[in-house]
Amino acid sequence: MNAAAEITFDHVTKRYAGRDAAALDDLSLEIPAGAFCILVGPSGGGKTTALKMVNRLIPFDSGDILIDGRSVRDIPVVELRREIGYVIQQVGLFPHMTVGENIGTVPRLLGWPKAKIRARCGELIDLVGLEQSDLKRYPAQLSGGQRQRVGLARALAADPPLLLMDEPFGALDPITRFRLQTEMRRLHREVGKTVIFVTHDIDEAIQLGDRIAILREGGVLAQYDTPDAILAQPADDFVAKFIGEDRALRRLALKRLSDVKLSPTNGADQQPRVSIETTVRNAVSLLLETKTDHLLVEDDNGQVVGAFRFSDAGALL
Amino acid sequence: MTVADAANLHTFVDALQFIVDRPGFLATKALEQLALSGAALAIALAVALPLGVALGHLHRGSSVAIAASIIGRGLPSLVLIAAFLTVLGIGFVNNMVALAVLGSGPILTNSFDAVDRVDRDAVEAARGMGMTDPQILRRVELPLALPLLFTGIRVAAVTIVATAPIAAIAGGGGLGDIIVNQASYRLSGVLGASLCVMLLSAVVFAALTGVQIAMTPRGVRRTRVIGEPQRREL
Amino acid sequence: MSVLAAGGPVIPTFGKGSSCVTGDHTFCWDWVRGHWHDTLGPALVQHIELTAIAVAIGFAIAFPLALLAHRFQRLEQPFGIFSALLYTIPSLALFQFLVPFTGLTVTTVEVALVAYTLVILFPNITAGLHSPPEEVLEAARGMGLTRLQVLMRVELPLATPAIIGGLRIAVVSTVAIATIAAFLLPKGLGYPIFLALKEPTPFKTEIYSAGALAVALALSCDAALVGLRRLVVPWASKGVA
Ligand SMILES: Nc1ncnc2c1ncn2[C@@H]1O[C@H](COP(=O)(O)OP(=O)(O)O)[C@@H](O)[C@H]1O
Ligand SMILES: [Mg+2]
Repeated sequence: MNAAAEITFDHVTKRYAGRDAAALDDLSLEIPAGAFCILVGPSGGGKTTALKMVNRLIPFDSGDILIDGRSVRDIPVVELRREIGYVIQQVGLFPHMTVGENIGTVPRLLGWPKAKIRARCGELIDLVGLEQSDLKRYPAQLSGGQRQRVGLARALAADPPLLLMDEPFGALDPITRFRLQTEMRRLHREVGKTVIFVTHDIDEAIQLGDRIAILREGGVLAQYDTPDAILAQPADDFVAKFIGEDRALRRLALKRLSDVKLSPTNGADQQPRVSIETTVRNAVSLLLETKTDHLLVEDDNGQVVGAFRFSDAGALL
Repeated sequence: MTVADAANLHTFVDALQFIVDRPGFLATKALEQLALSGAALAIALAVALPLGVALGHLHRGSSVAIAASIIGRGLPSLVLIAAFLTVLGIGFVNNMVALAVLGSGPILTNSFDAVDRVDRDAVEAARGMGMTDPQILRRVELPLALPLLFTGIRVAAVTIVATAPIAAIAGGGGLGDIIVNQASYRLSGVLGASLCVMLLSAVVFAALTGVQIAMTPRGVRRTRVIGEPQRREL
Repeated sequence: MSVLAAGGPVIPTFGKGSSCVTGDHTFCWDWVRGHWHDTLGPALVQHIELTAIAVAIGFAIAFPLALLAHRFQRLEQPFGIFSALLYTIPSLALFQFLVPFTGLTVTTVEVALVAYTLVILFPNITAGLHSPPEEVLEAARGMGLTRLQVLMRVELPLATPAIIGGLRIAVVSTVAIATIAAFLLPKGLGYPIFLALKEPTPFKTEIYSAGALAVALALSCDAALVGLRRLVVPWASKGVA
């Protein structure tokens, strides 16, 4: 496999034994290599089912799932799973192993030399923002957020080209969740893997994903697109309701002042100043708060590069 | 012998004297009892442990495990020993089998329970990262099941050692030989042997509890080892 | 030998009886029918008596003791360890140990049986009292229930399944251990077995019939307690042994 894998869902259908309704109904989805793809939707929408089919924890009835063009059914299941990182909400750390042993599990299964495993653990513990000394601790001695960081490090240990994550931050408090979301985005940029990430939280989906697949009850794909495109043009009422009526504001949250075509300034202006990295949504909020008609936008060096007005925001939508 | 002189507490002094007088004889009998118990425990382990672990891993057959625990408790040792005696004849084999059946109950129940209860999320994580079933058993389920599983083994061992004296009535030998033969050994011998039996059981219990504490994985050492009353039986 | 002397000639020898009995065939219904009134029936009644008295006294002691330990939690660990140790004492040895104090009497047997039931009942009752989750207790206190009211309305009702669970184990184990009383006294279902074993060749029918009665007694007591639990704790219908 490559550094990042391309995943294709090809007309995948799943019906659990003893149930009439399909859990997943004819799902087709192309996830390009290196994408951060979110599966989002209400509870019972078949997100977990879809995710677990990729590493074959759940078998599917018809259709196929391809990794880099190869059917998951043609790859021996153990080999397949060792090439896929898997993170779940409950984390599932092994309580009898230290953090280091937990992280080193797959490398050990793969027969890496001890020194290499140790080096890799040291690397990963940094990557997920924990201390080297944490490697010696046991899961029972960690907070919820720390545990999920370890879960993430464990999933990344053998450098898999694909990462599956099932509501990994769902059980965390809002502050810890936000911190981990931010780091998850950084991490994705750094390691450049394909990520399939399940959540029921549309905010999380918009914040993290570069592609979002919205599943509705019965496992039907409602829309699959970039966050911006979904917010701009919801495919139907279900999607429109799901993403909320403030979708214009949510769209603005995805953009920064650097994306805006700014107006020119007129010399010695005493207007409030904002960084060019500010999101458009926050800039609009500041306009409302300060009751002015424009803000001065400055670059990293504090140089004013233009003015931002309401109309500039409107032009983006 | 009457109740009146039985109540004489000097019998305890006599009993201790009996022990002091014949340490070699008592040691031989104790070893006999331990040999019988060890053989019975080995058979119980060989049969019940793999069965319980396999059922627990598959999360199947909880009714078998529950039945084993009820039958294990409800089967009087005397009945078991007498019944096997009619089939297998008097002597070592009969007693070994009867005691093994007795010990299988707690081993089967606890090993099933121990493996069945292992955190399902940890097992799913293990499967998700590509462990085979034997690997999941060896690296995740068994280490985590160990404390409870060992409780079953300990209960079985203590049950077997404690029941072994009864086997004397069916030719099992051991310290029980002295207890059931008051005609030859008098009350002092019966009581002395009883004290030795108590000591032997306590030593086995203490030794196994020590082993259990030592082999509990550090990450999960908060479970109290002594006193899992729900599963104890005799 | 005291035991046999105490027993008296209850059991037929091989000299009399049907060819089934004299030939010691696998099972002779005629012997069971013929000796129900003089052997098996009385032994069953005695066995039930031994068990009922032991469990009743054991419960009467264990229950207040558990309440005490629940109130003063520091007592619980020592009680627990003492219980575990007591249970390792082989019944045969414990009976003999008590003989110098109370002789070859029913008292000796009952003292030992009560000790064993205590060891089972006490930890189960305490565990039951501990079973309500902290948030439930907090809610109860928050509603203004006094400590006694919390005990009566929350802790005890929620402990009932565990208490009945303990009773099940205690009754079933006591039925089993009471057979050992036959080594001391001519009482209970152990006694016919004990005598059958003393024959030149063990008499099968007697062993099987008395043994089956003992097992049946244990299982029907267990079933009765399961039924009782279903009656008094309808909210916890799915139970573990
Ligand atoms: N093991 C199972 N057996 C039967 N039905 C299941 C099983 N797992 C999930 N389902 C059903 O399939 C549907 C989709 O479930 P799931 O994939 O877990 O949804 P989500 O993760 O989106 O909440 C639900 O209706 C759920 O009840
Ligand atoms: Mg789910």
